[in-house]
Amino acid sequence: MSIDQINIGFLPLVDAALPILAQEHGFAEEQGLHLNFIRDVSWASVLDRLLYGHTDAAHLLAPLAIATTLGRGRPAKPLSVPFVLGLNGNAITMSHILADKVAPVGRLGDPVAVGEKLKAEIAERARSGSRVRFGVVHRYSGHNYKLRYWLAQCGIAPDTDVDIVTIAPPFAADALANDEVDGICVGEPWNSVAVERGVGRIVLVTAQIWRRGVEKVLAMPADKLDDNRDKFERLVRALHFAAKHFVDPVNWDANAAILARKEYLDGSARLINRAISDRIMLTAGAPPLDAPDFMFQYREAANFPWKSQAAWLYSQLLRWDHLAYNANDQLRAEQVFQPNVYRTALKGLDTPMPGANAKLEGSVSDSLPVGSTQGRLTLGANPFFDGRVFDPMAVQNYLDSLPKS
Amino acid sequence: MRIAVIDENPVRAAIIEDGLAEVGERDVFVISERSGMARAIETIDPEVILIDLGNPSRDMLEEYFAVSRAVSRPIAMFVEQSDEDTIAAAIDAGVSAYIVDGLSQRRMKPILDLAVRRFQAFSRLQAELKEARDALSDRTIIDSAKKILIGKRKMSEPEAHKLLRDHAMNSNKRMAEIAEAIVTAEKLLGGGL
Repeated sequence: MSIDQINIGFLPLVDAALPILAQEHGFAEEQGLHLNFIRDVSWASVLDRLLYGHTDAAHLLAPLAIATTLGRGRPAKPLSVPFVLGLNGNAITMSHILADKVAPVGRLGDPVAVGEKLKAEIAERARSGSRVRFGVVHRYSGHNYKLRYWLAQCGIAPDTDVDIVTIAPPFAADALANDEVDGICVGEPWNSVAVERGVGRIVLVTAQIWRRGVEKVLAMPADKLDDNRDKFERLVRALHFAAKHFVDPVNWDANAAILARKEYLDGSARLINRAISDRIMLTAGAPPLDAPDFMFQYREAANFPWKSQAAWLYSQLLRWDHLAYNANDQLRAEQVFQPNVYRTALKGLDTPMPGANAKLEGSVSDSLPVGSTQGRLTLGANPFFDGRVFDPMAVQNYLDSLPKS
Repeated sequence: MRIAVIDENPVRAAIIEDGLAEVGERDVFVISERSGMARAIETIDPEVILIDLGNPSRDMLEEYFAVSRAVSRPIAMFVEQSDEDTIAAAIDAGVSAYIVDGLSQRRMKPILDLAVRRFQAFSRLQAELKEARDALSDRTIIDSAKKILIGKRKMSEPEAHKLLRDHAMNSNKRMAEIAEAIVTAEKLLGGGL
């Protein structure tokens, strides 16, 4: 069998794991693929390379794939997502000064309780003319949307009560250390780097805001996927096997060591291991704590690109870019997620395959067996922290029901 | 035309600045510091921004372009605005550009072409420098290996050289690799270099 080459762009983050491990453990080779990696330091460069054909596919922020398709910030170029690289895996890390005021010691905070205290602190600072400032990794990121969702539901207006600025992940810890920001919402290993340096404390993980929030995706230009369908389906299969391998505790040490290598994350295997084992050290010197579902890479068909998740991201793009609802744009946003490619790619394997392409996001509070076309699929609890449910068929109603910015 | 060149590598920035001056684009501003970047851009209010793909501040800058009312809004270069080959060449060379809306493709192309040439020239220069450094360390290690051979095997310098060269040719390796093996072996076996 001849080997097809696929060039994949990525940022050095723990959730770039699946393509890297698919190559390293030979899952790509089994599918007749060789993956070449191109590392960048900004999402803008990952996107440029993808749009101009320097890469064939990329590890990308899910909201950025949708924003690019809708032409936010640059002329529209449709992207496709046949595979979700993971759910959550981010945290909110605050300076010790702010954390001591709003969060309990020795455990993760409760989103509602932390929000209440943060609201009081913001009011207190407003009296002296200062503002609380957060750093996120990108305007079109799950970090930004989850941080804003949390703030807004706690009665804090993200646009007017606080400042939210963009910071490249490698600079996030510096920004905390230099008092440029009071908090950061970033992916791993960057929260742990800030903790390790003693410049901040992890207060919340984004899984507490939305238990099954879509995070990074595998994205490619839509026409490229159409023209190379077989090759990309083989890539989806390789990623699926990598995901299964990734969540097995037996492999954590070895996988952390691979990801830490110079050509990939060029970081500490010890810190990476914390993220992939859902064991988070909240503050320097503390024992690591279990943070269940911190990263969610495989179970419950986590990699399935639900159109309802794309629709939720679209709803938040409208909300924070202050745009009017447009049914055609929702359709374009949902079409970014390509469940049918995932279905054909994994047909005949033992993996559970959802029967539907969309679901009510945040509606499962315990666990729920759902219709599947192969295997048995039970969805675990997937709530938003405020208990609100997102119905992709009623985006305008949902937006009307949310607090205004 | 006001052009801002954002590059944390001051040498490369200077090379581009120099090139733009040659084609008659004299309003060129170089920004090499990350801190205060947004303020610097605000002051310059450029029509074209050239920035290397390896600059970690790009996402921060794009956010600034999206929300700031202080500058004319620059957007990322796109295929619709220029020909695809020009942009592909730019990405290959490692440079990206933002331009304010309405700037004509005719005026943009020579600037981007020049940036590409200068970026490539800089990469070549770096490769050559690396080669020169490698060659230098190659020569050092080959000399050490020869000394070992001269001392242990009572060879003349030309004989030691020939031995290394023949061995390299026969095993399809570089002379420096053979020399390195000899030096390492000598160190491990306590030769006291």
